[in-house]
Parts: sequence; structure tokens; C-alpha cells
Amino acid sequence: MGLTAREAGLVACTSCLRLHPMGTRRCDRCGARLHSRKPRSLSRAWAWWWAGLIAYIPANLYPMLVTRQLFREHEATIVGGVIELVQHGDWFVGAIVFFASVMIPVAKFVAIAYLALSIRWRSMQSLHARHRLYEVVEFIGRWSMVDVFVVAILVALVQFDTLVAINPGIAAFCFALSVAFTMLSAQSFDPRTVWDAERTRP
Amino acid sequence: MQWTRDELDRMIACPQCDLLHRVAPVPDGARARCARCHTTLIAPRAGSMARVLALAVTGAVLMTVAVFFPFLDLSAAGRHVEASVFTAVLAFAEGWMTPLAVAVGAFVVGLPLARLLAVIWALAPLVMGRPPWPGAAEAFRLAETLRPWAMAEIFIIGVAIALVKVAGLATLSFGPAFWAFAGMVIVMALKDGMTDRQGVWRAIEEGRRRQRQRLRERAT
Repeated sequence: MGLTAREAGLVACTSCLRLHPMGTRRCDRCGARLHSRKPRSLSRAWAWWWAGLIAYIPANLYPMLVTRQLFREHEATIVGGVIELVQHGDWFVGAIVFFASVMIPVAKFVAIAYLALSIRWRSMQSLHARHRLYEVVEFIGRWSMVDVFVVAILVALVQFDTLVAINPGIAAFCFALSVAFTMLSAQSFDPRTVWDAERTRP
Repeated sequence: MQWTRDELDRMIACPQCDLLHRVAPVPDGARARCARCHTTLIAPRAGSMARVLALAVTGAVLMTVAVFFPFLDLSAAGRHVEASVFTAVLAFAEGWMTPLAVAVGAFVVGLPLARLLAVIWALAPLVMGRPPWPGAAEAFRLAETLRPWAMAEIFIIGVAIALVKVAGLATLSFGPAFWAFAGMVIVMALKDGMTDRQGVWRAIEEGRRRQRQRLRERAT
């Protein structure tokens, strides 16, 4: 296998791929800040990871939607909303919401922690698979935001004065924060550090 | 090791794994991938710049329509509720949740529109064969960095899910803004799939070089 840019004394622009001598601060073509490896990428990823996890707890405990129907008030959490959909017979949509709001966030916490730990231990195991995992996390994480948009649309639509009205719950706010924080956590990674393990070990 | 600018310009490094590659001519429509991690590095599309610009303009127009026209119309028990993209954004605009309304507005309308306008700013002069406008490189880079935060396509899926949830409750009809928004999502996906990033960077660089040359000639 050939040289990496760092081994050749170069730093690559990750936004336009142009090469510069090591120590150059900004790309002279696209203006992006240059780093041979993102500084403190692991501690940043962990900081956002914890922030995301902390926001994820109230997101599951508090209601996502508050429905007021005449004089009754009905609150639904994320998991409660999925159960209601399934009870209604909407299996397909229930599965989508379950996948986007429960499976993806949980899998993302596990995947990011695994990536961070394996980079820390300079693991040489399955570099390709881990790089693939990183790409999947980056690609799919944002889709969790769908549940927040569902709440926004329902709140906008279902406003029939005293008859029935839907209002957002605290969980909508916490869940949006959690998704944004885990996106930032994934973006803090530098995938190049996954591949560095191939070189720094004898 | 000392490298000359010329030598550096004949190489690129993979942004995902840092491996150096010598740039070889890539046939139109083909993809050059990283030898180690298989990330796509170069994907030339001849003449794609004009098409990308056209799609970006179309997307921006559709987005403007989507914001100002009614999106969905719900009727139940003789009453009507008309929702626009705006009212969906304002769903959280009460009390301490207001920051979420700002974020939703940015994810659904602000950032997708900003990406489209940035691409127009960067590509319009290049397509017309003029020197790049100031900030063209920054604009194009911004359009690429904002990509994960522009969530118009996720919003459309959210609309679909919300509709299933209220389907039993009331009758629904789609307004013009719904179709405009859906069209914008498709146009945006086409535009992103068609963009030849290395081609744009080279064109911006070439445009600047020619502009400098012209200025020098005028000075002498």
C-alpha cells in the first residue's frame, strides 16, 4: 500500500482534496481549515456522546405529544406512540417510527462508543467494516429527526379549538437535542484515525 | 521531502483514510475510488455543471412556492385547518421551546434554501464562462458542509407518517405547497447526485487563474 499524505509530509484538504505542505493552515483553493487529523477528535466525540445520552433519557420518559380532546388529556411518549400505531393496525408506519426513534438512536450510541473505543485501542480488527460502520452512522443518524417533524406537523394540523388539539411535549425538545448531539458526535470523528492503526503498529 | 505545487496538483489524498493517489484521467461517467477504503474520489460528469445549476434554480423556486402556499388542509366535523410549512415550524414557537422552532425552520427551510442559493452563487458565473464571484469557493464548500443538516427529505417522510396518524380522524387534502416541496426534495437529490465536486473545484481554480492573468495583462 502506498504512502498516506501525513507520511509524505503533506496535509490534505478534506473538503476539496487539494494537498498542501504540512503546517499549512488553510486550503488556498476552498478556504477550509486544514488538519492532518482533526484535533482532539475522540474527546469531542465522547463529549457530544454523553450530551446526547443525557438528553435521550428525558426524551423517553416525558410525553412527545399531548392531545386534548374535549376535557380529557392524553399524553403519548415515543414508545407509547409506536404501541398506539400498532394497536391501530398500522404495522408498517409503526415499524418505521420504531426504527427511526428507538432502533437508530440506540444503535447509534452503541456504534459510536464502539468506534471510539476501538480507535483508542488502535484496533487493527476489521478496518473496512469499521469504516463502513462510521459511514452508516453518519448517513442514517439524521433520519431520527423524523419524529420531531411528525410532532410539528401534527401540532400544526390538529387544532380544532375545544374539540381536539395536539400540543408538543417536553420529549420533542429533548429528542431533537439528542439527535443533534449524536450527529455532532459522529461528525467529530476523523475516519483517518481508524486507518492509522494499520501504520503505527509494527 | 519537498514537493512542488505542480507535483502536489497531480496527486490527491483520500479525505476518509489519507492515502495518496496519483491523479489519472478518469473517463466521463466513471468513478475513481480510493484504493484502500473505496471512497469515491473523482466522478467526472461532462456538462453537469449547467444541469446542476438549473436544478438548483428550480429547487430554489419550488422552495419559495412551498413556503408561501398552503401545504395541507384538514377538515373534521365541518371545520377546517390549513397548515403551511410555516405553521409546522411555528408548532414549537411557544414559551421555552422556541429554540426548537428556530431549529426546525432551519432544518426544513433555511438550510436547504441556503444550500441551493450557495450552489447558484458558486456555479452561475462559471456556467456563463465568467470569472467566479467573490466567495464562490466558500459558498460551494458551505453547500457541502451543510448537507447533513438540510433535512427537507426527512420532513416529507414526517408528513407521510403524520398523515397516517390523523387518517382516521379527518379528511385531508394536499395544497400546492406540498407538491412544490416534494418536487424540491427530488430536484435536490438529483442535484446532489449529479454534482462533480472535483470538476467544480478545478473550474473555480481555473476561473481565478484566468482572472488573475487578465488583471496582470491589463496592468502591463
